[in-house]
Amino acid sequence: MTVRLSEEQLALRDAVRELADARIAPRAAAIDESGEFPWDVVELLASHDVLALPYPAAHGGLGGDLLTVCLAIEAVSRVCATSGLIVAIQELGGLPLLLAGSPEQHARWIPDLAAGRILPAFALTEAEAGSDAASLRTRAERDGDGWRIDGAKRFITEGNVATIVNVFAVTDDSPEARRAHRHLSCFIVERDMAGFSAPKIEHKMGIRGSPTAELVFEGVRVPDANRVGEVGEGWSIALRTLERSRPGIAAQAVGIAQGSFEVAARYAAERRQFGRRIGEHQMIGALLADMATRTEAARQLLYTACQEIEAGTPLAGRWAAMCKLFAGDTAMAVTTDAVQVLGGYGYVSEYPVERMMRDAKITQLYEGTQQIQRLVVARDVMARGS
Amino acid sequence: MRIVVLLKAVPIVGTERLLDAFRVDRGSGLEANGNDEYVLEAALQLTEQHGGEVTLLTMGPAGALEALRKGLAMGAARAVHVQDDAVAGSDARGTVRVLAAALGRLEYDLVFAGADSSDGLGGVVPAWLAARLGLPYLSYAARIEPGPGGATVRVRRISPTGFDLLEAPMPALVMGTQLLGEPRYPSLRGIMQARTKEIATWSLADCGLQPAGVGLAAAASEVVGATAPPPRGGATIVRDQPDAAVTQIVDLLASRRLV
Repeated sequence: MTVRLSEEQLALRDAVRELADARIAPRAAAIDESGEFPWDVVELLASHDVLALPYPAAHGGLGGDLLTVCLAIEAVSRVCATSGLIVAIQELGGLPLLLAGSPEQHARWIPDLAAGRILPAFALTEAEAGSDAASLRTRAERDGDGWRIDGAKRFITEGNVATIVNVFAVTDDSPEARRAHRHLSCFIVERDMAGFSAPKIEHKMGIRGSPTAELVFEGVRVPDANRVGEVGEGWSIALRTLERSRPGIAAQAVGIAQGSFEVAARYAAERRQFGRRIGEHQMIGALLADMATRTEAARQLLYTACQEIEAGTPLAGRWAAMCKLFAGDTAMAVTTDAVQVLGGYGYVSEYPVERMMRDAKITQLYEGTQQIQRLVVARDVMARGS
Repeated sequence: MRIVVLLKAVPIVGTERLLDAFRVDRGSGLEANGNDEYVLEAALQLTEQHGGEVTLLTMGPAGALEALRKGLAMGAARAVHVQDDAVAGSDARGTVRVLAAALGRLEYDLVFAGADSSDGLGGVVPAWLAARLGLPYLSYAARIEPGPGGATVRVRRISPTGFDLLEAPMPALVMGTQLLGEPRYPSLRGIMQARTKEIATWSLADCGLQPAGVGLAAAASEVVGATAPPPRGGATIVRDQPDAAVTQIVDLLASRRLV
């Protein structure tokens, strides 16, 4: 199977790329340096409907398929990984609603998400439940006609700037429920609910403009209308969400790789040493060839994964893990090589590749470490025998 | 307010190539002419504020379609594409004949045109077209607004002393400059909606024209030569502490009698 982008996908991709080049690229270094969340970029992406892409037209979205959403994430991440993540999180944080929400919940929140008027966050990870995500401790207990949530979440992207937070909490602690993965439920916690706070923002190596928050829930009263899906459906919702959101991170990784490759290629065509352009020296030429090849391979795996997942393949989890795994490793390798091509200039902030190298690292860590992706693929291989 | 915007598809700036007889290669890689995007932006803002619709009109090869699609994605309601092998090589006179004939089949209150095109650079088509159609011609518009009462159009043109205020009854033809304000980027919604908007393709016959009056053979003017601009001299880059740098730059300018 080969992936040919449709005319519409090409037009949308080019439009996002043009917007990113003109309006986001000039901001990228400052966003990284200040470490402040770029609300102006949110406004820009919202006003050009980029944040509307993953949402259905009936609620003001554009009804873009997974591949189209990923094309947008890639195009923005090519110049600014923090800004690309805004697009990815707008999708990730809306997925539980899209996958398991009621028509009333859709009508209540999706128009605002599609318009970019509110930002969502996805809160699964806890301090003691990282890769072992099912072992989380945040609890939701019945309280009258609603729920009472107690606990804490860690490493939650945009957790402090989000208006709605998808919180996964234990609703049945019995060994049977845990064994059957029916112990979790998903709730929407709204920012202004009493007992909810975001006391700490992490200081990070990369994606520095994207706030990563610790969230605390102290007896947060949540009405039952904010429960997404059935009681006990939380783990299933989380897994189905990740099947569609991991490609988004792969797209971010491909974008970062592409961005750093372009800088390196341009530099190699201009910089002269030993009397010729450095790209004409075989050792640099080989680096550039590998960077281009790896990036394209990651991109093609991502695009195929998107189409397979959108078509309803039973191997969705495997495709999602494979493309995130390969693209994340590619981004790390290609950005590291980009720094190498630029030499000393690559190591200083005068050029963007050191930032891209720092940004690339996160794609090997979040939405499941590379080790977890391998685990997903390996388990599937062993279950199917191929 | 019904506005027709003349939108030319030009070679992507920086990639222009000449064919034989110094004709511009329009075979590939076309984009909307930059100046035309500025008047399109003004037209879109006027119709958004005062009602009405914007129609794009272009004369050009098949590759002009992408430029029209961008204009539609920005917000124009429909487009007319005059496409006919016989118009290739037309000079300004031939272009004016075709555009005038096409405009004769459209209903409009205003026609907007950019100051010039990045490939032709003649800058005569708007005035010529207004003369041929007998329309009032308001040139170098920096701002366009409806006149009081609604039957006229008002234009500001920057002058040495401030600005001139021009007013003319509609229909009229307005030539605008980049002072009108930055054109918008098409939104993604606009791009998706553009796919369903009408692009009418008209031949010369559809415009009621014979091939004899247009095209290279009928051109009244001929490009007899073209040379690439000489490469620019090396720039002098001053790198120093601010005070020392300012002194160096002032000295440099003074040595060339520029200050």
